[in-house]
Amino acid sequence: MTETSYRIQGATGEWEVVIGLEVHAQVTSNAKLFSGAATAFGAEPNTQVSLVDAAMPGMLPVPNRECIRQAVRTGMAIDAQINKWSRFDRKNYFYADLPQGYQISQLYHPIVGEGQIEIVLDEKNPEASTKVIGVERIHVEQDAGKLMHDQHPTSSYVDLNRSGVALMEIVSKPDMRSPAEAGAYLSKLRTILRYVGSCDGNMDQGSMRADVNVSVRRPGEPFGTRTETKNVNSVRFVMAVVEHEASRQVDVLESGGTVVQETRLYDPDRNETRSMRSKEDAHDYRYFPDPDLLPLELDDAFLEECRQSLPELPDVKRKRYEQGLGLSAYNAATLTADADTARWFEALLAEGARIQKKSEGEVAKASANWLLSELYGALNRLGKSLEESPVSPEEGAELLALVADGTISGTIAKQVFEIMLETGERPAAIVEEKGLKQTSDTGAIEAAVADVLARNADKVAQYKGGKEALFGFFVGQTMKAMQGKANPQVVNELVKKGLA
Amino acid sequence: MTDLTDLTVADIRDGFRGGDFSAREVAEAFNANVAAAKALNAFIVETPEKALGAADAADKARAAGETLGPLAGVPIGMKDLFCTQGVQTTAASHMLEGFTPTYESTVSGKLWAAGAGMLGKLNLDQFAMGSSNETSYYGNVISPWRRKDGGNAALAPGGSSGGSSSAIAARLCPAATGTDTGGSIRQPAAFTGISGIKPTYGRCSRWGIVAFASSLDQAGPMARTVRDNAILLEVMSGFDPKDSTSLDLAVPQWEAHLSSDLKGKTVGIPREYRPDGLNAEISAMWDRGIEWLKDAGAEVVEVSLPHTKYALPTYYIIAPAEASSNLARYDGVRYGQRDLPDGAGLQDMYAATRAAGFGPEVKRRIMIGTYVLSAGFYDAYYTQAQKVRALIARDFELAFEKCDLLLTPTAPSASFALGEKQADPLAMYLNDVFTVPASLAGLPAMAVPGGLDAAGLPIGLQVIGKALDEQTVLNASLAIEERAGFTARPDKWW
Repeated sequence: MTETSYRIQGATGEWEVVIGLEVHAQVTSNAKLFSGAATAFGAEPNTQVSLVDAAMPGMLPVPNRECIRQAVRTGMAIDAQINKWSRFDRKNYFYADLPQGYQISQLYHPIVGEGQIEIVLDEKNPEASTKVIGVERIHVEQDAGKLMHDQHPTSSYVDLNRSGVALMEIVSKPDMRSPAEAGAYLSKLRTILRYVGSCDGNMDQGSMRADVNVSVRRPGEPFGTRTETKNVNSVRFVMAVVEHEASRQVDVLESGGTVVQETRLYDPDRNETRSMRSKEDAHDYRYFPDPDLLPLELDDAFLEECRQSLPELPDVKRKRYEQGLGLSAYNAATLTADADTARWFEALLAEGARIQKKSEGEVAKASANWLLSELYGALNRLGKSLEESPVSPEEGAELLALVADGTISGTIAKQVFEIMLETGERPAAIVEEKGLKQTSDTGAIEAAVADVLARNADKVAQYKGGKEALFGFFVGQTMKAMQGKANPQVVNELVKKGLA
Repeated sequence: MTDLTDLTVADIRDGFRGGDFSAREVAEAFNANVAAAKALNAFIVETPEKALGAADAADKARAAGETLGPLAGVPIGMKDLFCTQGVQTTAASHMLEGFTPTYESTVSGKLWAAGAGMLGKLNLDQFAMGSSNETSYYGNVISPWRRKDGGNAALAPGGSSGGSSSAIAARLCPAATGTDTGGSIRQPAAFTGISGIKPTYGRCSRWGIVAFASSLDQAGPMARTVRDNAILLEVMSGFDPKDSTSLDLAVPQWEAHLSSDLKGKTVGIPREYRPDGLNAEISAMWDRGIEWLKDAGAEVVEVSLPHTKYALPTYYIIAPAEASSNLARYDGVRYGQRDLPDGAGLQDMYAATRAAGFGPEVKRRIMIGTYVLSAGFYDAYYTQAQKVRALIARDFELAFEKCDLLLTPTAPSASFALGEKQADPLAMYLNDVFTVPASLAGLPAMAVPGGLDAAGLPIGLQVIGKALDEQTVLNASLAIEERAGFTARPDKWW
């Protein structure tokens, strides 16, 4: 664990920033928290609304088991206390996007209690730069609908598609001390949610958004007054909010003012936060237990099923990649940062081990290197994601096996890969068709070596005169003459022999 | 030929099956009574065509020899708190005037599926808030009863199910649905000389019933006999996955197990229900009830429910608190009334809509509820009330260690004149003093008529049972019914 020393240099000295995040994560589920309506993103307005979501008279909420299950699994993934008894409360306020006039949430008895998330501040050196951020609680609640102000010159319209969709509110402790830590926390949380499959983490579609609580203080002093910047929807913006808000607060304090506890909004176009409402006009939400719902009681069998269904989590996987597969810390961190990448990598690994009849550990390094350099390079060039990769893990493994068993050289492999990307053909077929198989035919290679040495008599003389660096030149020329298909080891040996 | 509208539900059911009359004849007879009783103002919407439609379907099914539902041929009234598909549902509020649900409440749906037909939507206190049916936006319901003194004072049919009680007593329908939050089935039943049962909380689904106070609201039947109540309750009860508080239990065959033999049963008489100054006629009726139950074979013991005196204040914290939140959805945005003054913003629209849409009693309860839930008062009122509610429930549990049922008066007086208590909400709230404790404890409780007071108005008794023991409640009520021999009916003046 390391103490970060991020400090804001004010006119009157150093300031420390204190950050807590409340992340709203939309639960991955086909149906809403208390109704059977669908939850797909981007549907036509008001097409995914049940009688319950529209709060018609006499309608009642019924908890959706899948949403509860996902919240529990998420809690387990951050090592949190799971509360076998929890309860839903009503948060009462009037707004046009809130049909019931209250949001069903969990104030007094959340489903998940304290947990923790370990963040890595330097990917190159993950072990030396970790920090544990506490999670206060996770509760589940309903999302609100959406107001549309652009449909009519003088009226606003309401889209209730999102009304009643299940959210997890994941509340951190005020444990972060720099924009980088806040960014790392949010990224790590998103990674965990995607691993668990409880939230798709798509911040641009609003399925994950953060309320950023920021305060500043002199190092070692008690917490200052905080502001809350609502609905920030990217890692970058969260970091920007912290930076902006911290320096704004320092300016206020240093010019003799006081920070007002208030809700603020972030404007990404201007990169600034603006006051939305202050504590004075804060709502009195009149929370009370929802009398339409019984307390939520979870039994051991349900909890066990949740636990069994959890995948290997990113921290465990990263350590296994390092210690079990022998990957570098950096590669292990990169491959596990995203559930899809790890899944792709493991498919590549399994197939490689299978066709090469080796252990996963024996094929891990070559597989990781190829994925992170060759494949990622190509995907970047093509502007595609891993999911859209034109080459499958099976095809990748086949290519790597051709290199490993000496059928082709690494250089030829790059050519074959390019052809795979273009044509979608299998690597073995490409090698066969284009005659790219590497040769170990010593006769042909000896002839090529002899020819190269004969054509470069001057360089042979220089080599023999002590300029040993020319060895690579002779090898390269021989490979060129062999069109790259000669087995490099055989070439090395024969060049050595020819120069002897 | 007997007047078909004098028949009980059981009579109609059996007579129709036996071919004594057609369902259409029954429906026409009740439709005619409804049409001729505008003076009672018991209905907000009359649906004679619905009653006839169900009757014709029943006649056809019988002619074809098909299996008949348990209520085939029986027309009933539907309290206008139940959402009915395609038929305006208002909760007697201006707020929902013109609101026509696209869905059917679970309970009303079960009744139609059992073959019952709808005579109309019955008037009630606005959002079921009231004890005299004087808070309806659609005008007061008048009781068919009048005092013997020759005065023509219009009397209260009780509330909130006052349309139901008035209509049944006046033979506009043989039975009706009610809902009971703090006594809204039992007190109007007592005021009009009929019977009605509030079952254990969770027996009847609340889905599709306009909510007043979710933790207390229960649907139940109202009719002229205990047997009729048993018949209807069997149809109305049952687990509903759409209501999280609905009980996942099989529905007992209450009618088949009706028995007025109470040998082996012990009746508890709670001493706290006999406060100083209890109306002498009510007190005397209670004593008669005790004798009737002894006569039926029961033993009688005195029990104590020490927290009874806190029940009313507790109820008037919890019910308004839940109501203030439940009624937040009536905001003018999606359905019902919308009052949008020129240039109004969202907040103005809310204020104007709710100011115009809700009546004074509803506003009073929303304000009380908002107050008791607000920051700084929550613990002193709401939290405290929840604790007392638990103590009241505990009182009953301890009492039921010594007895199987409780006998009490239903209301502290007979019906009063409309307008008599309207100026004083607290005096009005006192009407519920005997009915509210069982509501807070979620227990089954039934009102059954016992006789007439000196003024010629009905007064009745309340039987309270253990949770889920509706059978004992019905059986004890039947024993009273048999011994009381209550045959009085209001003279037709309307």
